[in-house]
Amino acid sequence: MPDLSINFAGIKSPNPFWLASAPPTNSGYQVMKAFDAGWGGAVWKTLGVPVVNVSSRYGSINYRDTRMAGFNNIELITDRPLSDNLKEIEEVKKYFPDHAVIASLMVESQEEWQQIIKDVENAGADGIELNFGCPHGMCERGMGSAVGQEPEVLQTIVSWVMEVAQVPVITKLTPNISHIVDPGLAAVRGGTNAISLINTIKSIVGIDLDTYAPYPVVDGKGTNGGYCGPAVKPIALEMVKELTQHPEIKNTPVSGIGGIETWRDIVEFILLGAGSVQVCTAVMHYGFGIVREMEAGLVQFMNDKNYNTIYDFIGKALPNVTEWKHLNLKHKVVANINPQKCIGCDLCYIACDDGAHQAIKLDRTNGNRIPEIIDENCVGCNLCALVCPVEECITMEKRDDGKQHVTWDQRTQLDDIPTSFNDDRAGGKHHYVPTVQDALKHRSK
Amino acid sequence: MSLYKRPESELEFQENFSQKKPLMSDSEAFYESARCLFCYDAPCISACPTGIDIPLFIKQIQSKNTSGAAATIFDTNWLGNACGKICPTGVLCEGACVHNHQDVPPIQIGRLQNYATEKAMSQNSLHFTPGEANGKKIALVGAGPASIACACELRILGYHVDIFEAKDKPTGLTVFGIAPYKITNDEVLDEFNYLQSQLGFNVIYNNPIISKNDIKQLENDYEAIFIGVGIGSTASLNLQGEKLNGVVGAVEWIEELRMNHHNVVVPDRVLVIGGGNTAMDAASEAARMGATEVTLAYRRDKMSMSAYDFEHKLAVSAGVRSIFQAQPVAILGEHEVTGVQFVKTLNIEGKLAYVDGSEFDIPCDLVIKATGQGKQVKFLQLISDLSLDSKNRIVVDPTSYQTSNPKYFAGGDVVNGGAEVVNAAFEGKMAAIGIHNKLSI
Repeated sequence: MPDLSINFAGIKSPNPFWLASAPPTNSGYQVMKAFDAGWGGAVWKTLGVPVVNVSSRYGSINYRDTRMAGFNNIELITDRPLSDNLKEIEEVKKYFPDHAVIASLMVESQEEWQQIIKDVENAGADGIELNFGCPHGMCERGMGSAVGQEPEVLQTIVSWVMEVAQVPVITKLTPNISHIVDPGLAAVRGGTNAISLINTIKSIVGIDLDTYAPYPVVDGKGTNGGYCGPAVKPIALEMVKELTQHPEIKNTPVSGIGGIETWRDIVEFILLGAGSVQVCTAVMHYGFGIVREMEAGLVQFMNDKNYNTIYDFIGKALPNVTEWKHLNLKHKVVANINPQKCIGCDLCYIACDDGAHQAIKLDRTNGNRIPEIIDENCVGCNLCALVCPVEECITMEKRDDGKQHVTWDQRTQLDDIPTSFNDDRAGGKHHYVPTVQDALKHRSK
Repeated sequence: MSLYKRPESELEFQENFSQKKPLMSDSEAFYESARCLFCYDAPCISACPTGIDIPLFIKQIQSKNTSGAAATIFDTNWLGNACGKICPTGVLCEGACVHNHQDVPPIQIGRLQNYATEKAMSQNSLHFTPGEANGKKIALVGAGPASIACACELRILGYHVDIFEAKDKPTGLTVFGIAPYKITNDEVLDEFNYLQSQLGFNVIYNNPIISKNDIKQLENDYEAIFIGVGIGSTASLNLQGEKLNGVVGAVEWIEELRMNHHNVVVPDRVLVIGGGNTAMDAASEAARMGATEVTLAYRRDKMSMSAYDFEHKLAVSAGVRSIFQAQPVAILGEHEVTGVQFVKTLNIEGKLAYVDGSEFDIPCDLVIKATGQGKQVKFLQLISDLSLDSKNRIVVDPTSYQTSNPKYFAGGDVVNGGAEVVNAAFEGKMAAIGIHNKLSI
C-alpha cells in the first residue's frame, strides 16, 4: 500500500484529497462527515464579515444527458457568524487532529486580516488560504478577484498576512486574468507559503428563453457567477502548469483545483506539479463518497507504476509540456479505421469533410458504410478518432521513422519559414483541397 | 394452461393487451434521445419507408423542441404517431441503427417518435395550415391510412377533399386490424381527429362506392380520384366444413376483437391457420383472450413463414404452440367446428408435397383462417381502363401513383398487396403530390 500522505508547505494531511472552500465546507458537520468518508483535508468555506445570500444560487451546463458538466454559483462567502465557525473548527480538530483544516479568509483592511488570522489560528486551523478569487459579489466590494486581478494589491495583502501568520499560508488565485504568472509572482514575492488555483471563472451559464434572465434567476434578474466543474479542468491544468514551470514560482507548492472528479484528474494535476488537490463540484454532485473512487484509483496507479509516495511522480509531465515552437514538425501520424469495429455511423467522414481536411472517402457501393482514410490527405489531426463512438476503432498510427526532428524554432534559426503571404514554404501548399464547385456535388437530388 | 386470465372487464382487457411500446416519460425520452449518434446519412432514414429525418427529430427532442420534433415527423409522415407505435421498427429504422453493430441496444426510435407526436397533439402545440383554396376537388375512396395521408397532403396543397368510407369509422385497418397491444383505438382515432380538425378534409361515412353510377358521379364531381380501398375480406380456403359455426376469417375476427374487446367470447381451443403476420397477431390475441390451447398451423417450415420472426416469438411467448409442415384438408364438425384435419407436408425442390397416410386431426372450438385476403376486384372492375397485375393489384406509376386511367391515382394495400401502415402513409402522400403535379400542368 503506497503512502498517500502529504506535507503541503508544512500542512500535513493523510492524503492529497482536500475539499475546496465552498458549500461542502460550510459547517463542522460537513467537514467531519467528509473526513469520516476519507477526505484528508478541507478548506473551510471562506470566513470574513458574514454576508447575506440570495435565493437561487447555482446554475449548470448539462451536456446531453450529463448533468453539471459545468457548474456556476452566485453564492458568496460564509453567511454564518465567525464565532460559530471558529467553534466548529475547534471541534473538528479535536476529532480529527491529523487531518488538515485550512481556513479560507477574505476581509478588507490590514487590521481585519491580522485579527482574523489570529482567530483561526487560535481555533486550531492548520493553515490559511487567502481567497483572492471569488469573481462575483465580493469583487464588487473590492475583495476576492478584485484583489487577484491586481498583483500589486495582492502582494501587499499577502505581506500583511505573512507578518502575523504562524501557520502556512496558501494564496488562492483567480483565473479571470490574462496572465496567471503575474498574480502568482506577486504571491510569491509577498512571501506566501503556497498557491492554490483555480478559483471559479466569471460566467453566465445560460439564459431563460421565456423570462430573458440569466441562470440562476433571482426574481427575474441574474448576474455573472463563478464557473467550475468538469468543463473547467483544462483551463485549471494549464494555469497550474504556468506556475509550476515558472523559475521563480516552481519551488512554491501548488494545490490544484478545477473540475476534479476522478483519480485520473488527480493524477493529471499531480503530474503537472500539484502537491494537493481540492474538489468541490464533484462533491456537490455526488456527495463525499466520491473520494472512494479517487483513493482506489490513485492507489492502483501508484502500485502499477511502483510509486511509494506522490512525491515520486509529482511534476513528472512537466518536461513534456513545452512550447509549440519546440514540437517536432517531422512527426507524422495518420488515422486508421478498423473495419471490423466500424459501425458505420460515418461521423468521422462528415467531421473530416466538413470540419477538417477532406481526408476520408465514402463509397456507398453495395450499401457500404465503412469509410476509408485517404492517407495522402490525412494531416493526422485526430478529429475522426475523437468523434468515433466506438472504443479503439480509429487509431492514429505513426508514419515517420523517428529519425528526423525539426522544430519551428530550428527552422526560424535557419531562416526556413514562410515569410510572405504566398510563400512556397506554406505548410499546406501542396496539400489536397477540393475545388469550390465540388461542394455542390453534395446537394440532395 | 393459459398464461392469461380471461378478461372480464375493459381494465382486464387492457392488462392482457398491455402496450408493447408504451408512451415514454419525459425522463425516458431525455435519456434515450441523448444516446442518438446523429449519424451522417443515417441508415435509419433510409430504412424508413417514408424517410423521416430521424436524427433530426431525436436531436429536437433532446434540445426540448418537442413540437419541432413532431413537425419533422409529420412533415414526412402524416401518420407519424400511429407509425411510431405500430411500425415493425425492429426490422425498419431500429433494425438499421448502427448501435446494433456494437452490441448496444438500438435507439428506441418508434417510442421517441410517438413521444414527440403524442406530446404535440395532447398539448395542441403543432398546427397545420391548409393551403389557399385552389377550387379543385378530389375524391378519395376509403378512409384508411393511404387516403388520410393523401387527404392531408392535398389540403396543404389547397384542394378540397372528400373521403368516401364504407364503414362508420376512419383509419381502416389501423383501428380495425392492428393487434390491440400495439395501439389503442383511442390513440388511432385521436391522431385522425387532430389531423382532420386542423386540415379540414371531409369524410362521408357509411357510403360505400358500389355501382357504376357511383363511379360516374365521382368522375363528374371531382378533378381526380384516389383509390385507397385496401384489400378485402379473408379469402376462402375452399375446404369442406368452411361454413361451420366457429370458422372465422382473421381480419373479421380481429376487427370484432378491436371493437368489442373483453365482450368477445373466445373458446378454450383455438386453431389459427397461416404463417403471416396476421396469423401471428390472431394467435397472440386469442391467447391473450384466455384461450387455453392456441395452435398455429402452417403448411411450410418455420423459415418460409412470411411473418416477422419477432411476431412469431411474441405469439410463442403468449403461450401459442406452433405446428409446421401441416396442410389443412378438411374442417371437421356437424354444426359447430370440432377440429381440423391436416396432412403432413414435405418440401421437395421448393415444392410442397403431401405425405401419404399422414393425416391427423387437431381438435378445436374455433378456427381462425389467416391465409390471406381477397382483393377488391369487384369494386376495381367498376372503373374503366384500370390495369391490374396478375395478383389483382392496381398498377401505378411508381412516382406519381397515377393508374392507367389518368383520372385515378391509388396507394396503400390496393397497390402493394398488403404492407404496413407506414407504406400506405408514404404512398398516399406521394399520390397527392402526383395529383397536384398532374392538375398543375
